[in-house]
Amino acid sequence: MKMLMKGTEAIAEAAIRAGCRLYFGYPITPQSELTEYMAKRMPEVNGVFLQSESEVATVNMLYGAACTGKRVMTSTSSPGFSLMQEGISYMAGAELPAVFINVMRGGPGLGDIQPSQSDYFQATKGGGHGDYRMIVLAPHTLQEAANIMGEAFDLAFKYRMLVTILVDGMIGQMMEPVELPEWKNIEEFKEPDWALTGAKDRKPRKVTSFDLDPYELEKMNLRYQATYKKVTENEVRYEEFKIADADIIVVAYGTMARIVKTVVDSARKEGIKVGLFRPITLWPFPYERLSEIAGNVKHILTVEMSYGQMLEDVKLGVNGKTDVEFYGRSAGVVPTPMEVLEAIKKIAR
Amino acid sequence: MIKSIIIAGFGGQGVMLMGKIIAESAMLDGLNVTWLPSYGPEMRGGTANCTVIVGDEPIGSPVVDVPDVVIAMNIPSMIKFEEMIKKDGIMILNSSVIDREPSRKDIKVYKIDANKIADTIGNPRVLNMVTLGAFAKVTGLVKLEMIGKALEETFAGKNKKLIDLNLEAVRHGMNSVS
Repeated sequence: MKMLMKGTEAIAEAAIRAGCRLYFGYPITPQSELTEYMAKRMPEVNGVFLQSESEVATVNMLYGAACTGKRVMTSTSSPGFSLMQEGISYMAGAELPAVFINVMRGGPGLGDIQPSQSDYFQATKGGGHGDYRMIVLAPHTLQEAANIMGEAFDLAFKYRMLVTILVDGMIGQMMEPVELPEWKNIEEFKEPDWALTGAKDRKPRKVTSFDLDPYELEKMNLRYQATYKKVTENEVRYEEFKIADADIIVVAYGTMARIVKTVVDSARKEGIKVGLFRPITLWPFPYERLSEIAGNVKHILTVEMSYGQMLEDVKLGVNGKTDVEFYGRSAGVVPTPMEVLEAIKKIAR
Repeated sequence: MIKSIIIAGFGGQGVMLMGKIIAESAMLDGLNVTWLPSYGPEMRGGTANCTVIVGDEPIGSPVVDVPDVVIAMNIPSMIKFEEMIKKDGIMILNSSVIDREPSRKDIKVYKIDANKIADTIGNPRVLNMVTLGAFAKVTGLVKLEMIGKALEETFAGKNKKLIDLNLEAVRHGMNSVS
């Protein structure tokens, strides 16, 4: 049955159904309803909700809880995500699975509370220190956001990696009908062979992010890199929308991509053949597929709620095969369908 | 078919709830819907708005440049959104608060004396449901039966009298326009 839900609530309920019983967080607009929902809901499912004193504490609570091999998560918005970066780097080094939700708002600094996509670099290129990666998923509707929660946890455990779901304030605040995913039976989850669960009657285990011997630390780093290579080979996801006969392909993700879907249709009514290429995994980015399709079109237009962050990955993918143009607004200003259509018309001329 | 509606008014006039009931009613009728609130640093006495889109096709953009319908509950909202309305589109005005004429001549305007009608029902707070009734009647986008279900859903666990009162306000709103 479909229910009319707020994005934050749909994501929270989907996470619980995906088996998350440990939530740590600190409220921040535009995602406070997610924290609030968890506060109410976790006790009902025998889970743990803990509001920390800051995002720095949150991420370290998550670090500890993740060591037990359970499904753990937090949610925050841009400034809070910045505060978590140190812990994220530690957790990546310790190869721990966990899910982060970043409901992006305008920045930099305190910024504002309106939708934005200006944390792309931070999420995909590593906001913390060291040679690490995290899987970054970017749903564009509430249904997709709900569906992707289970996948986020599955990926986190499959690769022992951190997964970030990168959405903007619009997904956080809007309502849409959502068919919630099926419940996963947490009794059926296998305890990972690295989980710290008490060493009675077995050999102690160790979860750590460091080794002071550079040659040993290098070995750990090479192991991380081998994992990241597997992820880039197997987990790239994207959607193509009306690209078969397109002269212009717009590349956009998240809610910007759904705005572009409307624009694709209105441009086509005016005789301009436009399609949309929508990366769903921002890391690993679909470079190869973008490179393939770039050869068949006259122009590529990247549209973002930032001043050009994904643009750099688009350029790497296109690799000079065709023009790459850009249109974007930031600081919480959302480009309207008409503005994007104008940007397309300018290129089509 | 995809139709977009912007609903705007003072904080406290119930514009967000009006939008939610429209979205929920349309969803219960099997349509796709989106509801997008303005969620800036709104303050009491300031103007709030939400955008609702209903359609039988998948809805792309939840953001709208050219709405089919604008429901304006106060003067600042009328001034802000009047220019955006599609040619031959609809503007529904709360004439209890808006004491001036809109300038557009190429749209259909419906004036609803929402505060006064709400007063006659006996509760000034249901002015939003009165307006919702008028919206349902003039656009045909949502049915009374579904509005009833949406109200039951929204006020689940609350006094049944509250649902009946709101539904009565919707009916009065429907009867206030021809």
